[in-house]
Amino acid sequence: MIAPHRKHALWLAYALHRASGLALAVFLPVHFYVLSLALTTDGRLDDFLIWSDQPLVKFAEFGLIFLLAIHFFGGLRLMALEFLPWSPRQKTYAAFALAGSFFVSCTFLLSAA
Amino acid sequence: MSADGRILKISVWRSGADADAGSFQDFQVPANQHQTVLDVVSWIQQNQDPSLSYRFACRVGMCGSCAMMVNGKPRWTCRTHVKKVLEDGFMRIEPLRNLPVIKDLVTDMDPFFDKWIAAEGVFHPTKSRHDAFASIKPDNPARIEANKAVECINCAVCFAACDVVANNADYLGPAALNRTWSLVNDARDGGQAARLQAISQSGGCHNCHSQQGCTNFCPNELNPTASIAGLKRKTIATMFKRGQHA
Repeated sequence: MIAPHRKHALWLAYALHRASGLALAVFLPVHFYVLSLALTTDGRLDDFLIWSDQPLVKFAEFGLIFLLAIHFFGGLRLMALEFLPWSPRQKTYAAFALAGSFFVSCTFLLSAA
Repeated sequence: MSADGRILKISVWRSGADADAGSFQDFQVPANQHQTVLDVVSWIQQNQDPSLSYRFACRVGMCGSCAMMVNGKPRWTCRTHVKKVLEDGFMRIEPLRNLPVIKDLVTDMDPFFDKWIAAEGVFHPTKSRHDAFASIKPDNPARIEANKAVECINCAVCFAACDVVANNADYLGPAALNRTWSLVNDARDGGQAARLQAISQSGGCHNCHSQQGCTNFCPNELNPTASIAGLKRKTIATMFKRGQHA
């Protein structure tokens, strides 16, 4: 349940940016662990990559790429907000960040299918 | 105003023995055309419970004293029409968020104004009455920036809308920082170094998360988020300039 004073587009953009950042922070150790397999154990990275070709894993990767893209575009939006002359089109930029993230992640999903 | 026969269901926060604790009390209020939230609160106080405490003065959106939470959102009640905020014939009225409650709908505004002082939201004159007036043209870029921030009526709606204020007791808040931005752009002011120092510290402008609730709810349609972004740019530029001189 979102409190009434938070029900506006730019608070939701903030919340999405923060939640995606936290989710990526949780994901990063797993990411580095998988990368370390290439250095530490012969053949285990190849086994993992074969396992990751499963449709469900590809769908999870779509989610990860969406998180990465929304955090990237949302970060660009915030840096523009803070370092460029003020623009009244803040909601438009937040909408572009969301649309761009769906475009990038859906492109990945379609190419993986 | 003329009564149209409808009855509004109003739930009003009432303080208990401890001002911050309490409960909601329900009232039924006749609906009128062009009725504001302040009209409703006044009707309850005048017709149903004279012990209800609330604060107002001008009734025309100039003094900034009548702000309350209405259905969970901060509003200036004297200029908020009931029909704009009514949800299924119901309205819940509470004291402003993020401020201590004195009684019922009256909040203690001291923490709000203390932060204006902490943010150096005070004019530091550089001339006496014997000097000539400062000549500042209306199209001066700094004057234009100050103009955008200067119409604040101190209603604390932005302060109540801000989640950073709610979670960080040291945060100066959007109104104080907006005031600071108007003074940063005042060529007559002589206190800029102390001002930038005050807003660069913990609790200053860099604590803002740009959620933009302040801008969304400001009844005077000011943009404290833009003011705070301006302060962020100013403090960072000042830091680099100091680095060059060090």
